This record gives sequence, structure tokens and C-alpha cells, in this order.
Amino acid sequence: MKKQNTSSMRVRKFITNSFVHVMLAVLGFIWVLPIFFVILTSFRAEGGSYKSYVLPRGYTLDNYKKLFDGSTSLTFTNWFFNTLIVAIATCLLSAFFVLSVSYVMSRLRFKMRKKMINIAMILGMFPGFMSMYAVYYILKGFGMLEAGPLKLVALVMVYSGGAGLGFLVAKGFFDTIPKTIDEAAFIDGATKWDVFRKITIPLSKPIIVITLLQSFMSPWVDYIFAKVILGQDRKYYTIAIGLWTMLEKEFVEYYYTQFFAGCVLISIPISILFLILQRFYVEGVSGAVKG
Amino acid sequence: MAHKKQKKSKIYAPLRDVGFGTAFTQGNGITKLSALIFGLGNFLHKQVMRGFIMLAFELAYIYYMVTFGLNSIKDFITLGTRVQEEVFNETKQIYEYVTGDNSMLCLLYGVVTIFLTLGFILFLVTSVKSAYITQKKVEAGKPVPKFKDDLSSLLEQNLHKTLLFIPVTGILCFTIVPIVFMILIAFTNYDRNHQTPGNLFDWVGFDNFISMFSGNGVLANTFWPVLGWTIVWAIFATFTCYILGMLLAIVINREGTRFKGFWRFLFVLSVAVPQFVSLLTMRTIFNTNGAVNAILRDIGIIGASQSVPFFTDPTIAKITIICINIWIGVPFTMLTTTGILQNIPKDLYEAAKVDGANAFVTYFKITMPYMLFVTTPTLITSFVGNINNFNVIFLLSGGGPESLEYYYAGKTDLLVTWLYKLTMTNKDYNLGAVIGIIVFIILATLSLLTYRKTGSYKDEETFQ
Repeated sequence: MKKQNTSSMRVRKFITNSFVHVMLAVLGFIWVLPIFFVILTSFRAEGGSYKSYVLPRGYTLDNYKKLFDGSTSLTFTNWFFNTLIVAIATCLLSAFFVLSVSYVMSRLRFKMRKKMINIAMILGMFPGFMSMYAVYYILKGFGMLEAGPLKLVALVMVYSGGAGLGFLVAKGFFDTIPKTIDEAAFIDGATKWDVFRKITIPLSKPIIVITLLQSFMSPWVDYIFAKVILGQDRKYYTIAIGLWTMLEKEFVEYYYTQFFAGCVLISIPISILFLILQRFYVEGVSGAVKG
Repeated sequence: MAHKKQKKSKIYAPLRDVGFGTAFTQGNGITKLSALIFGLGNFLHKQVMRGFIMLAFELAYIYYMVTFGLNSIKDFITLGTRVQEEVFNETKQIYEYVTGDNSMLCLLYGVVTIFLTLGFILFLVTSVKSAYITQKKVEAGKPVPKFKDDLSSLLEQNLHKTLLFIPVTGILCFTIVPIVFMILIAFTNYDRNHQTPGNLFDWVGFDNFISMFSGNGVLANTFWPVLGWTIVWAIFATFTCYILGMLLAIVINREGTRFKGFWRFLFVLSVAVPQFVSLLTMRTIFNTNGAVNAILRDIGIIGASQSVPFFTDPTIAKITIICINIWIGVPFTMLTTTGILQNIPKDLYEAAKVDGANAFVTYFKITMPYMLFVTTPTLITSFVGNINNFNVIFLLSGGGPESLEYYYAGKTDLLVTWLYKLTMTNKDYNLGAVIGIIVFIILATLSLLTYRKTGSYKDEETFQ
């Protein structure tokens, strides 16, 4: 009687497990399919845009080569380096802003603290680009929108200018570092600045990595602000607006396959970065010092 | 609580929390005079550098106000009076443009001047307080801190000022001033018919809000449907991704599933691709001539010349967008919930098993409540994020299909994409600003109602 019971349970378990695996395989297939489509199309030999078939009839590397030969006004190489420079500058600046503000809000106690946290939350609820037009005129007032290279500086200022507002996640992380560690350091004669530099920062690797990663990614993926600030000068485009331009009506027939080649080139480094660092996401959410 | 108070008194010197009122009324003549001549109290007590810096700020402000500020306040109230016009130049025998006022710049400079004035008032308060504190120290015979001490306090009890200075300046320039500026624009008639510098605009009070909400005007007829779709979209986008992502995480993490790492990798791959790439790709895939329609034609579900109107039929477009958003959002939820799922105490499940609970019961009685408790803030953030989800709509459908009944909006436009179209394409800045304010009000109410009730807001000191 008992034996029969366990064997029927085993059968049921086997059926559930098989079902789960088949389902996961189907879902996984759906999730990876568009990525395959991008990769396949990027190697497609036939030019033109939409085809009545999905699998390419011929394969070539030309789409990749054309991106770099600089024969047209769509200069992928320029876009790439523009974005890279903007991303690195933004990444360093805004990570510094975010970490300073979140350390202050988490560790230091002063009169305006609670008020400032509330103000930051309120500001975060305005749609980001409601004020885009005003930002545009402020930058113009600074004379930042005259020459191409300055526009890139302006872009860095826009991306990192409000970064300090995004302190909540990092603050939550700092909150989990026990205060007793700080107090022990104070007894040993450390200043608050020493504690920030020598204790909090080294203990906060996951959240620093997340902050750096996110602020590095935002210039790669931002479309709206870049579009407004960079205007019409194609040489100073970033990747995102550059690739978007390739899909515009006047270019799509010629650049359709190159668009996908560009997408692949951009996605590879970012994906690798993301896949290496994804474990920090989990750690960043769950806190610093365990137990 | 008692413990906390004790700590506080240890950190703060008793004089640091003195208010402006007490400082001014209880200070001596010099302290009172410091409200007029900044830094005077510090000067007289040998804090030369500190006094000098304060005085320099005062002089700079006065210089600014005299040369520029007072005018800009006047212009801020009138928003400019002289229209740019053509005047016949007798000597040159040609018409010349005489530059008039620019209402936009009047408004912007006015806002800047107001902020500088607020800063000035802040300095006035600081000056009096600082003079009072120094006065008290001298009376008590305590040493007066030198400039060197002031500097080193910037790394100690005033560290927050050091660390906050640049970030807050950034926020002020690129967030607060622009937001105030745009809020003010909502009360003007700055639309396509009142473009600077050729024309002036003026204050109109609540007119824009009234035409947005009421009557059978085309604006109100656009606003309410767009608002409705925004809310429907935010609810669907948030909860589909949340529930399905969590289910996926549970399925991958359950005991019997093998190759956990591989499955996770498959799904995470789509998160790793930059969002604009996946969105633009999805747009081309679901295009009228895109891959999906090509496949459907190939296998004969639709005729050779037919196509499913993924982005051209209002209802189907909405469904398509929500489905594509699931593709984008579910892996991300899976990623973030995996860690939390692993943190649920295992003995809860064992106890449930002993009591004979099945998978569904454990899910609804243990997993779900635990997850909801931990992730409510994330859930609110993603709901807010979805109301503001510009990228998904703009890059996928561009708000289309266009509609003639709407005022420059498409059937899938959210409030934010409509806002973008109104300001960037149509130059109806006043209407854009009104929508921005409405979005803000919706989000603020929502967050106030929910966020303040969550544990992470109330008990931020739990871990310390």
C-alpha cells in the first residue's frame, strides 16, 4: 500500500517536472527569439527594409563594415565615442553625487534631513522631461548649445545634474550597515569623513557597482534628452538617437540591416557587463552586512 | 526613544539648533545689526574670513539686484510689454526690427532672481545666527572658532554641507528651477500663437486647467481618454510583469527544476539588451510588413496581402504594447524577486507541508504575503515608472494610431508622451505644463496614500 503510494507520487512528480521543463523551454524560446532575429538580420546580405520572409537568404559581414567606413553622414564611430565619453563622465559624476547624498541622508543627522528626503521624493514625482524645455533654455543661457563638443558636456550635466535625487536605494543599503562600526571608528579618533571614505565605501561594493552601472547605462539608452539637446548635428549624436535615425523614413530602405548590426555591436558589451554584474543587483537589494 | 534623545544631545552642541527668532530677539545690538551688514558679528569677534565671505555675498547680491534683479522682477510681473516690431529707419530708408521684450526670458530671469533672493534670505538668517552664537561664546568665555576650525568642521560635524553642496546645486539648476519655471508656464498663455521673441505671452490664471478639464472642447475630449488609458496601462503593465515575473522566479527556483542557471540566463539575456534596442526591434518585428506578419502569412493564418494591425488598430495596439512590455519586464522582476524568494524562512514551508497544505495554499498564504510585504515600495516605484513610461510607448507605437478626435495625440499616447508632443512638436508649452502638473498630482496622491504606510519608510532605523 505504502509502496504504491510513493511510486504514484514519483510518477506525478515526474509529470509535473517534465511539464515545467517543457513550459520553460517554450517560454525561453519566445524570449530569445527576438534576439536571434536581430543577430540574423544583422548578417543579412539582401539590402532593403522589410522582407516577406524571416530567415535571410544570404549572409554577409558588410553591414558591420559599412558602419565604420564613414562614407555617409551617419557616422557610427563618432556616435560610439560620443556615447562612451558621455557615459564615462556621467557615470563618475552621478555615482559620486548619489553616494554622497545617500551617505549623508543615511548616516548624518542634521536639522533639514527629513525635510530634504521629503522634498526629494516630491521632486521625483514630476515627469522628468516636463522641465526639459526649461533645461534646454538654461543650458542655452550658459552658452552650452553653441558648439558640438559643448553639447556633449551639456548632456553630461543634464544626466548627472539631478542624479543626487536617486539616493533612495543606496540610502536603504547604507541603512543596513550597523552604526556600531562607525561608533567604534569614532572612538579610535576617526572623523566622519574618514568613516565615509574608509569604512562605508569599502563595505558598499554592491551598491556602488549598481550605481556605476546604472549611470553608465543611462546615456546608452536615453533618447529624449539627447534628442532635444543635440539637435540636428548628426556628428554629435549618441548611439540611441543615431540608431533611431537609421529607422527614419528617408534612411530605412538603405540602413535597415545596418541598424541591426549597430544594435548587436552595442548590445554585446552592455550585455556582458550586465551579466557579470547581475549578482550585485541581488546583493544590493538585500543589504550589506549579513547576520 | 530615550536612547535616541541621549545620542542626539551628545552629537549636537546646544547652540547649534538655535532658531532665527531667538537669535535675533536675544542677541545684542551687534547681532541685530548683522541682519543688515552680514558677518558684522563675526568681524568684530575676530572671525575675519567668515565675516568677509558673508559680506561679499551680500554685496554681490545687492550689485546683482541693482544692475539686473529689480528689472527682472518687474518684467516677471508684466511678462514684457514691448512687442518686437518693424520700424521704418529714415536714414537707411529700410524697415528694421526693434527687439521687444521676450516673455520667456522675463519669466526665466524672474525665477532665477526669486531663487537668488531666497538664498539671500538664507544668508541673512545664517549671518544673525552665526553672530549670536559667537556672541554667546564670547560671553561665556569660550574660545571662538577660527577659520581653520570652520574648514575642518566641514569634514566633521558639517560634513553634510560639504557632501551635499555640489549635488544639491545640480538638483537646483537642473530639476528645481526648471520645474518651478514650467509650473509657472501652466498659468500663462504660452502656446503656438504666442511664440517668443515675435510675440508676448501673459498670465492667464487657471484658464488652461479649466479648458483641460471641462466642457466639450477638443482638449477635454482628449484629456480624459488619454488619462484613462494611462491608468489602465500602468495597472496592467505593473501587475502583469509583477505576477508573471514572480511566478517565473518560483518555477525556476522550485526544487525539481534542473539547470536553474541556464533558464535564468535565457531570460536575463533579454534584460541585458539595451532597452531602446529591444523596443525598436519589437517595433520592426510587429510592423505591418514585419517578421510576425510575414510568418503569419507564410503559415496561412492570414491572407498573402493581409496583415494584423498590431500598431494601427487602437485596441490591438494597446494589447500589443502590454504584451511586448511583458516580454521586457518579466525577466527583470524575476531577477529582483529571486533574491527575496530565497530569503523566505524555509521552516514556514516545512510547517505548511506538515499541516498538509498544497502548492496553491502555500503560495497564497506564505509566498505572496511575504513578497508583497517586502516589495510594496518596488511595486509603487514601478507603477509610478509606468505612468511615466515614455520609452515603451514612444519607441514602440509613437502614440499611434493617430486620431482626429484628439488634440495632437494618438490612441496609445500616455499623458507623458502627449506632454512631449505638445511641447516639442506643437510648442503648446502651457498645455504641456498643465499635464505635467496633473501627472504630478496623480503620482503624489498615490504615493502619499501608500508609501507612507510601508515599513521601509516608517522603520528606516530598524537595522541600526
